[in-house]
Amino acid sequence: MKILVTIKQVASLDEDFELNDDGRDVSADFHVFDLNEWDHYALEEAMRLKEGANGDVEIVVVTVGPDSADDELRKCLAKGADRAVRIWSDALEDADPVAVARVLAALARKEAPDMIFAGVQASDHAYGVTGMALAGLLDWPHAAVVAGLDYAPGAKTATARRELEGGAYATVDVQCPAVLTIQLGINTPRYASLRGIKQAAARPIETLAPEELGLAAGETGAAGSLSRIRRVYVPAAGRANMIGGTPAEQAARLASLIKEFSGEAK
Amino acid sequence: MSGILVVVEHRQGQLRPVSLEVIGAAAAAKESSGEAVTVAVLGAQPEAYVESLKLAGVDEILSVQTAADAFDPETYEIVARALIETRNPSLVLLPHTIDTLGYAAPLAVKANYGFTTDAFALTRDDAGWVATRSGYGQKVNMEIEFPAKETVVVTLRPGSFKAPENVSAPTLSTFAAPAVTPRSVHKGFEEPAASGDVDIPGARFILSIGRGIGEETHVEQFKELSETVGATLGCSRPIADSGWLPKAHQVGQSGKTAAACKMYIAMGISGSVQHMAGMKHVENIIAVNTDPEASIFTIARYGIVGDIFDIAEELRSHF
Repeated sequence: MKILVTIKQVASLDEDFELNDDGRDVSADFHVFDLNEWDHYALEEAMRLKEGANGDVEIVVVTVGPDSADDELRKCLAKGADRAVRIWSDALEDADPVAVARVLAALARKEAPDMIFAGVQASDHAYGVTGMALAGLLDWPHAAVVAGLDYAPGAKTATARRELEGGAYATVDVQCPAVLTIQLGINTPRYASLRGIKQAAARPIETLAPEELGLAAGETGAAGSLSRIRRVYVPAAGRANMIGGTPAEQAARLASLIKEFSGEAK
Repeated sequence: MSGILVVVEHRQGQLRPVSLEVIGAAAAAKESSGEAVTVAVLGAQPEAYVESLKLAGVDEILSVQTAADAFDPETYEIVARALIETRNPSLVLLPHTIDTLGYAAPLAVKANYGFTTDAFALTRDDAGWVATRSGYGQKVNMEIEFPAKETVVVTLRPGSFKAPENVSAPTLSTFAAPAVTPRSVHKGFEEPAASGDVDIPGARFILSIGRGIGEETHVEQFKELSETVGATLGCSRPIADSGWLPKAHQVGQSGKTAAACKMYIAMGISGSVQHMAGMKHVENIIAVNTDPEASIFTIARYGIVGDIFDIAEELRSHF
């Protein structure tokens, strides 16, 4: 029994960032990397299934990204993932989420997992695409935005509680193997232990190039994408009237705004 | 390839309002391209929604009868693809919602349509359709193009486009859904948890707390502060997910919309798209955050860069 968990190294931005000369991305010098928040929940859900099945579940974490993404894979190993795989070549630069999903699909065909978990979206670009594109490419049953899961490893169906808008939920039975995108709050992700972190530092990360998975050049990077970033720019955002001064002065102004409002409301 | 196709969304007998916004976006796209707008509605009784879809800019309403009324990702995917293959639209517009997260990507990848998500602006130039979306936690805008794609599928961010105000008299037709054997089965809906004494949609004044409060033990002092200043206590997603406050307090896409709110004080909330969906319409938003770059300051009327504990402490002394 094997669960594949797809993860992403996400980037947030330093203050006063600059764009690349081609104007199509923020310069990588200003990226601050981390493991995507949603992926903690996806991995935790796999860990719970493993523990519930007395360990008879192999958890493989996979990412598509450059060397630096090894840091995020090690975080997953430190939490208890069994294996970590990273796929990369320079040909994957310019891949949109669908082109990334093509690579993940090729790996999934090789690994033949019983279940695939992905995050609902990534905190940087929030496409919400990769996991379900992977389901489409594999032609597997799927459910998105899963906030509750009832599944016994090896079972033919899983019951997923999909989070809807406005605090409602829908429950669906999904045939397995399936691809599920996992929502925040489905569980409480564990922290890695110090011992886990130490051990993970010494564990191997399997690295592959897309061609080793049988992907042709026309399927990867820009050629395998369904979209292209034409231009990135900093929007002329609205700006609040900033209340300066000491905390006491700021609070005094806030208090008067509240009282003004409350007076009007009477 | 010509034409604009919209697939609308409904749940438990109610057309979802974002569907009308997408029709508004389609009507605007028609202005710039001259392409006709077709609106498709899928369901066990799709005719029930037709009257509400007769909006300005709509040329045709297509009713598609499906076996189940509740959303099913494979049914929507297969019907949408059959519609695209039959009608050859240049543009397919869908709302960016929980339901489309389940089927838009499989729809696009199997036929290699141009595809992007969560767009809040849409234009057309010589090269084709161009969608604008956010990147890096809304710090930048990204213009997305679709080289050599004859059909482009775009999901649109709720709250970004206006529903048409006027009605029209579109052609009404039906479309026979291809046979679908879905591999998932909808079992039922769960209503939002009872809200007890918390009424976020009805509250005029909300003081809302987010991740910035740090520890569960800090919730109590903000609960007291909200009572002191006469506000209803709201929260962002991480607070409810952690179980620090009941879900009924949560403001945002998956929580409640602060529908009646006139003043909203956001403390320690950075302002994700999902949180803003529930409160950005509020006239008086005051944000308190240590991060001057937090997105919440782009929609707030007043901003305080400062420590929420210091501000809370000082604020108490005024009431």
